[in-house]
Amino acid sequence: MSWLLALPFLVPILTALATFPARGRKRLCGAISVFGCTLLLGVTFIILYLVETGGTRAAQMGDWAAPFGITLVADRLSAIMLLISGIVGLCVSVFSLSDIRKYRVKLGFHSFFQLLLAGVCGSFITGDLFNLYVWFEVMLIASFALLVLGGDRIQLDGGIKYVALNLVSTLLMLTSIGMTYGLTGTLNMAQLHVSLATVDNPTAVSALAVLFICAFGIKAAIFPLFFWLPASYHAPPVTVTAVFAGLLTKVGVYALIRTFTLIFPSELEFPHTILLGTALLTMLTGVLGAAAHYEFRKILAFHIISQIGFLVLGLALDTPLALAGAIFYTIHNIVAKTNLFLISGTAKRLTGSYELSQIGGLYRASPLLSVFFFIAAFSLAGFPPLSGFWAKLLLLKASLDLDAYWVVAVALITGALTLFSMSKIWAEAFLKDHPKDYCQSLKNIPQQERYQRLLPVALLALITLVLGLAPGPFIEYSLAAAGELLNPSDYIEAVLEMETQYAGNH
Amino acid sequence: MEGPLALVVGILIATGVYLMLARNLLHYLFGLILISNAANLAIFVAGRVTRAAPPLIPKGMEVAPGPISNPLPQALILTAIVIGFGLLAFALALIAQAYKVLGTLDVDSMRIAEPVLPKRDKSP
Repeated sequence: MSWLLALPFLVPILTALATFPARGRKRLCGAISVFGCTLLLGVTFIILYLVETGGTRAAQMGDWAAPFGITLVADRLSAIMLLISGIVGLCVSVFSLSDIRKYRVKLGFHSFFQLLLAGVCGSFITGDLFNLYVWFEVMLIASFALLVLGGDRIQLDGGIKYVALNLVSTLLMLTSIGMTYGLTGTLNMAQLHVSLATVDNPTAVSALAVLFICAFGIKAAIFPLFFWLPASYHAPPVTVTAVFAGLLTKVGVYALIRTFTLIFPSELEFPHTILLGTALLTMLTGVLGAAAHYEFRKILAFHIISQIGFLVLGLALDTPLALAGAIFYTIHNIVAKTNLFLISGTAKRLTGSYELSQIGGLYRASPLLSVFFFIAAFSLAGFPPLSGFWAKLLLLKASLDLDAYWVVAVALITGALTLFSMSKIWAEAFLKDHPKDYCQSLKNIPQQERYQRLLPVALLALITLVLGLAPGPFIEYSLAAAGELLNPSDYIEAVLEMETQYAGNH
Repeated sequence: MEGPLALVVGILIATGVYLMLARNLLHYLFGLILISNAANLAIFVAGRVTRAAPPLIPKGMEVAPGPISNPLPQALILTAIVIGFGLLAFALALIAQAYKVLGTLDVDSMRIAEPVLPKRDKSP
């Protein structure tokens, strides 16, 4: 059992090692990378199956019993996040075959990409806070490298802002972890759930919670800590942006969800108020930024921020339905967001620019791509019956149940503005004629490249459609995962291997 | 001992923040280094400071006879120092490369990724 839970990060690390010596040969290197991602997807499928059939699984590395050793835990939330990372990893690695130029492959693009996946998967499966820190760092250093790989002027400029702010978040996270240890004497998350409830110092616990909100908030890009994101996400090649957009910020949200459901007692009013406020402001500022911009990728980058607001909202409302909404929203958002960035890359390939005023005519040149964009974009805006509709519906229902009408108002305004900026892209890039009249058709690009660009996009669009047309099982799964989060006795039992009479601090 | 150590942490953070508020990237990096040391020191203090009690267990015994200092914060700090060195080395190399390519270390004049947009006329 233990080796299986270690595989989600072992497979990418081994793949990274294998691609490094092959980096001089673009095709071989790409093939190894895609193979590694396929393997990862298989592993995450198995883990999801095991968790679904046998409940929460935990593994103690080196047979050191928790809370003293390193623990890996997979519950429903971890399992679904791992599976989504596997899917995104595979799609992006296939897309990268045509999008990433030879000199970037030679600099080790695929190795860093795999290390990034290892960091993401490691963060999802780890069971203690210090290892979470370590996996965040693995992820961070790989993302630094991917962001500036190739060394264009714009990449260096965006990279500096990204590095500067993320280093601050690293320090905050380290400090808050150290303070947690000082208060409780343990860093194992299951043990923390038990120990932190006995700490008789509500001020210190609240302060700690706020420190964690700041640390993970920078990673997740919540208001007002998001400024590194729109400054840097449009700088690297679009493949890199796609995987960043899909996974990196969501790891921050995952960490927030994990800490605020498992570790901190929910009687703490103060942090939840902060989370609610920032969630609403994040939703609004993000979408306003998107409405103000006229560059394909910058609009999408601001949308990431706005949607992080929805995810944090689900956590802040703190009801089973709201958490289920947040989980379903995360699944939907990772898929749709990655897809939109991949489509924007292909749009650039066909029209020659990301500036909306300088491109156009995509609908006439390649209707197929337009259909895929339509699915992803209008799903993000929350159009029924696409997946975003159900995600938003869950969150709206949860806030209506709490009589939080102004939350509903903000969510609806955000939805309307999202629709506005998506139709802006739709009108400018797809419907309008190309100003210089050289919009290529998909048929004009080489067949192999066409497949490498279209297959991942088609797969992600298909997932969006399935999530939208048959949401039942996925919503059920999210509800089950939310139930586990709010009543973590299974988690604690699996990790600490003891029959806890669950008194709970929730 | 905790008092003076806490004071040192505070001074390090204050100096670090002061340096990070400068427009120059190198000042920012030095501020970051100071704060990262402050964070390590804070963890060290949070793990309780004890005098002259190394975490050693005499031969033939299962547990230590008296109170001993906690080795775990030190292990945490060691890991954090190694990771911190890696990140700071990367940041320094990035700043050096940025200076070479962009020709400046002044953050306010780095506007390539987010250019100041010219006023957009109404017609798209």
